[in-house]
Amino acid sequence: MRYYTYFPGCSSSEGGAKAYGRSTQAVSKVLDIELIELDDWNCCGSTPYSSIEEIASFCLSARNLALAEKRGFDLVTPCSSCYVILNRTNSHLKEYPQLKAKVDEALGAGGMEYHGTVRVRHLLDVFINDIGYDAIAAKMKRSLGGLKVAAYYGCQMVRPRPSFDHPENPQSLDKLITSLGGEPVPFPLKSRCCGGSLIISEEALALDLIKKILDSASVNGAECLITPCPLCQTNLDAYQSRVNKKFKTNFNLPVLFFTQLMGIAFGLGEEDLGLKTCIVPTERVLAKYL
Amino acid sequence: MEKRTRADTFVDEISAIPGGEGIRLCIQCGTCTASCPNADRMDHTPSQLIAMVRAGMREEVLSSNAMWHCLSCYLCTVRCPRGIKQTDLMHALECLAVREGLSHGRTLTPAMYRSFNAFVYSLGSLPELGFMTWFYMLTNPLRALRMIPVALALLRHGRLSIKARRLTPEGTNQLKAILDKAESLGGTS
Amino acid sequence: MERRIGVYTCHCGSNIAGIVDCEGVTEFARGLDSVVIARDYKYMCSDPGQNLIKADIKEHGLNRVVVASCSPRMHEPTFRRACQDAGLNQYLFEMANIREHCSWVHVDKKMATEKAKALVSAAVRRVYYQEPLETKEVPVNPNVLVVGGGIAGIQAALEVADSGHQVYLVEKDPSIGGHMAMFDKTFPTLDCAACILTPKMTTVGQHPCIKLMTLSEVEDVSGYVGNFKVKIRKKAKYIDEEKCTGCGFCQELCPINVPSEFDCGLGKRKAIYIPSPYAVPNKAIIDAEKCSHLKGLAEGKDVCRICQKGIEKKGIVGCEADAIDFSQQDEIIEVEVGNIIVATGFQQFDPTVIYQYGYGRYDNVTTGLEFERMSNASGPTSGEVLLANGQKPESIAILHCVGSRDENYHKYCSRVCCMYSLKYSHLLREKVPEAAVYQLYIDMRCAGPGYEEFYERLQEEGVNFVRGRAGEITNIAERPEEEGKLIVICEDTLVRRKRRLPVDMVIMSCALEPRADAEQVARTFSLSRKADGFFLEKHPKLDPVATMTDGVFVVGCCQSPKDIPDTVAQASAAAARALAMISKGKVEIEAATAVVDEEHCAGCRVCVGLCPYKAISFDEEKKIAHINEAICKGCGVCVAACPSGAITGRHFTSEQIMAEIEGVLV
Repeated sequence: MRYYTYFPGCSSSEGGAKAYGRSTQAVSKVLDIELIELDDWNCCGSTPYSSIEEIASFCLSARNLALAEKRGFDLVTPCSSCYVILNRTNSHLKEYPQLKAKVDEALGAGGMEYHGTVRVRHLLDVFINDIGYDAIAAKMKRSLGGLKVAAYYGCQMVRPRPSFDHPENPQSLDKLITSLGGEPVPFPLKSRCCGGSLIISEEALALDLIKKILDSASVNGAECLITPCPLCQTNLDAYQSRVNKKFKTNFNLPVLFFTQLMGIAFGLGEEDLGLKTCIVPTERVLAKYL
Repeated sequence: MEKRTRADTFVDEISAIPGGEGIRLCIQCGTCTASCPNADRMDHTPSQLIAMVRAGMREEVLSSNAMWHCLSCYLCTVRCPRGIKQTDLMHALECLAVREGLSHGRTLTPAMYRSFNAFVYSLGSLPELGFMTWFYMLTNPLRALRMIPVALALLRHGRLSIKARRLTPEGTNQLKAILDKAESLGGTS
Repeated sequence: MERRIGVYTCHCGSNIAGIVDCEGVTEFARGLDSVVIARDYKYMCSDPGQNLIKADIKEHGLNRVVVASCSPRMHEPTFRRACQDAGLNQYLFEMANIREHCSWVHVDKKMATEKAKALVSAAVRRVYYQEPLETKEVPVNPNVLVVGGGIAGIQAALEVADSGHQVYLVEKDPSIGGHMAMFDKTFPTLDCAACILTPKMTTVGQHPCIKLMTLSEVEDVSGYVGNFKVKIRKKAKYIDEEKCTGCGFCQELCPINVPSEFDCGLGKRKAIYIPSPYAVPNKAIIDAEKCSHLKGLAEGKDVCRICQKGIEKKGIVGCEADAIDFSQQDEIIEVEVGNIIVATGFQQFDPTVIYQYGYGRYDNVTTGLEFERMSNASGPTSGEVLLANGQKPESIAILHCVGSRDENYHKYCSRVCCMYSLKYSHLLREKVPEAAVYQLYIDMRCAGPGYEEFYERLQEEGVNFVRGRAGEITNIAERPEEEGKLIVICEDTLVRRKRRLPVDMVIMSCALEPRADAEQVARTFSLSRKADGFFLEKHPKLDPVATMTDGVFVVGCCQSPKDIPDTVAQASAAAARALAMISKGKVEIEAATAVVDEEHCAGCRVCVGLCPYKAISFDEEKKIAHINEAICKGCGVCVAACPSGAITGRHFTSEQIMAEIEGVLV
């Protein structure tokens, strides 16, 4: 049994990516991983906080890191945005003593201290590096039988350096798909940005980016996409109809969280998978596996 | 040997911000712009912003809409041949613009970010439905009408919770104390 | 014997005096034990400065001298000579470095002056215990070894050989010529590379004073300046070079086709082949890894041998000169030389690692060397610029700085790429005049005779210069005119706009980087490497051909990227240095070496294995270690390691070192 402190992030806990949170817990159980949720964690602040109030944004992460430090385990998150923000805080506190002094002072106002010892990991990193592809394949109950999957990494899980996969041509999800019997399709835009939170304030811009991504997956024969980021999933899934409307395309690509795909291969049920939460219906592509 | 510089120029100010220290190293190769998905929609390209900072064009830089279009995709950062943390620099410029009241940028993004932050500050967590509603009400209620189909789809699929996650009372107070103190400390330089 | 010490503090203009209070240091020195006279002067290394020392030695009967000034690496020889001229043994002199170690690295004047005083005190206490030593002279072997047969090695070899001395030229490829032989035209004169190089190559091949060994590598070097022993492995070519006429018929018979290294994989060669149309030596060679007969021999089979046997059925005879010899073995040749010139060259950066440029993923994304072969009239396309599908390109982009000026790969600038990029533009304008040529640059570095003028010429020839580094190359079209093209995305920084340039072909001007085996070469020849991986010269400005190992020189791109004129100049410089030493006939050996006290040596041999210069041998008869004074560099490792304390480092005795430490602390 392996133990990790779990930081779900707002989306995966009670937000739009609940299914990600559920499938993460279910799949981890199958892999003998115990994810113990961090008590009383706060939102990481994501891009909005780091663009408006810098010190505050580092403090949001520092509070979570301080709480995690008491536990002593690695801090694991399934959300790419939380991952990049928490890591950024860790490395900035190490590199910039003046910043650290201010953050320490602010933390002190809340009676907290952070000593920089927490390692922040992405869920995918834990699966492939701590567990390993072979061990994951061993838990497979149903092979994905050549299902053509486009592995969409998004940007914040693989960049900036250093991360656990290549910043422009990552392979970890592709290898995961292969281990589960699927066929990862070539996907040139696999690690390009989906538009992130700008879907809300600059919809046209984001829809443009989403369309390019869906196009790249579709043109290469993908039957569905998987992703490790709640925001990417929402953009590619919930806004697919708006892309179709704007560009007169007819994309019909289910977008799954990678843990949902793993869950399917592990033979888990709908309660754990949450496939019904996908806006683009998944039955047509995945019915034969369920 | 210690180098003494006058810290009263704009480029010195930016150099002192975490992430901004590379600004003097820029060779204006334009790789950041070439890699940026949104460069075409910016008033000024990312590399142009750096040139403007070095030329001391404070007001123009801080009122540009360029950094508000930054998606934090970090392609610029991994490709920059001088190792400049361009994304961090963009965020630093955004925060500085906000502090100086120059963050209009003719885009709704700052308003969206501020709505987001308000919720995180008071609840410690982000309720997506509440945040979206508030933002649309704040900026342009009519736009919200277009969003209704998407919102309904999300609601039908059980992805929009009315209830918001909150921290415990102690956690909420602790967080507020920390964030209030952070605000009083000004910027990062 | 009474010590009479003279101390001289140099101002070095304002270099030292600007931070250190030189008068104060002099006053302090006056008060030290055994110091008879202390002076300060503006430039101690100058004639008047040196005369001060000489005059004082005579008038005041000084028997020890300390100069507090710059680094010994600057002027120790200068002051030592001054002492020697005045009749004082040069080893009774010591320097205190109050410039590089003091005034140049501190800002606080008070503390720097205190430090300078401490350094002077240390030097004074040390020099007290110094003893006179005599340098030795060893003869210099007039032979010279040149390692590498590119333009650098060729030039160096010819310069030395033309003076009548024997040169051994060792080249690891089957022919000399190096990278220059692969080029098409050279900038800025547009001379054909082969035309200007082959006469030199031919001269090398025929020169009575040059023994040329190709497909050979230096395996071991031992000895010291003037007296090196070198072991060279001459690998088997499976061809008797005395008999082979270079007719090339064997190539036509051989059934095995493999990618040609000389053509950068764009063309093919056979398993038995002549390396290039202008190879020197113009002899065939069999590639043992590709020849089916040689591979079959390992399994006891006797297959093929068509090159040798011919095809009897068709009445075709094999090698008429009977030059093929499958039984040939590697040969080990041992030579003795006095100087070694290392000219091993560079390798081209492999841009596969820059994923976003698509080299290896997209057709028609090529490197500089590949384009040279394509453009070369004797290359795989007979000089025509062609796409992978055999058609002519309608648009080409040339990308500068691929792998250079980049924190992620090589920080340095490769110096020649701006110029050869211009050259490519010119060749393209000539060969495909209808095509649009784009040159994407960050800066244009054209410093050299005729270089800036060449740039202007290319501007006139209608090349589209775009100031912006390529961000990525994609084949995903966004507009109709981009369909089927490679799209280069950059920022045109002069108009401050992102641009998408749809082209048929991309040529990448890749960095020149140290060769993959540079570490091994460095160890063989006792060379150091700089942070960027190139071999370290003795002094970057004033001594760019010598190295810290006396008698070993580095020339050409193995020392740092440079163009052909600079390479030739550097090669000639190294040759001149070698010839100077040969002309003198003998070389002075530094006396500060280690010596074994035979009585105290226990014969444990710990020192033998530790010596980095292989200067220590074990005398089996006497059962004691023996240090070869000529090879010994006085590094002190054996002195520290000897468990019996039987080894003394001359001029670095424990007494001297302890005194120096005391001087700093007290």
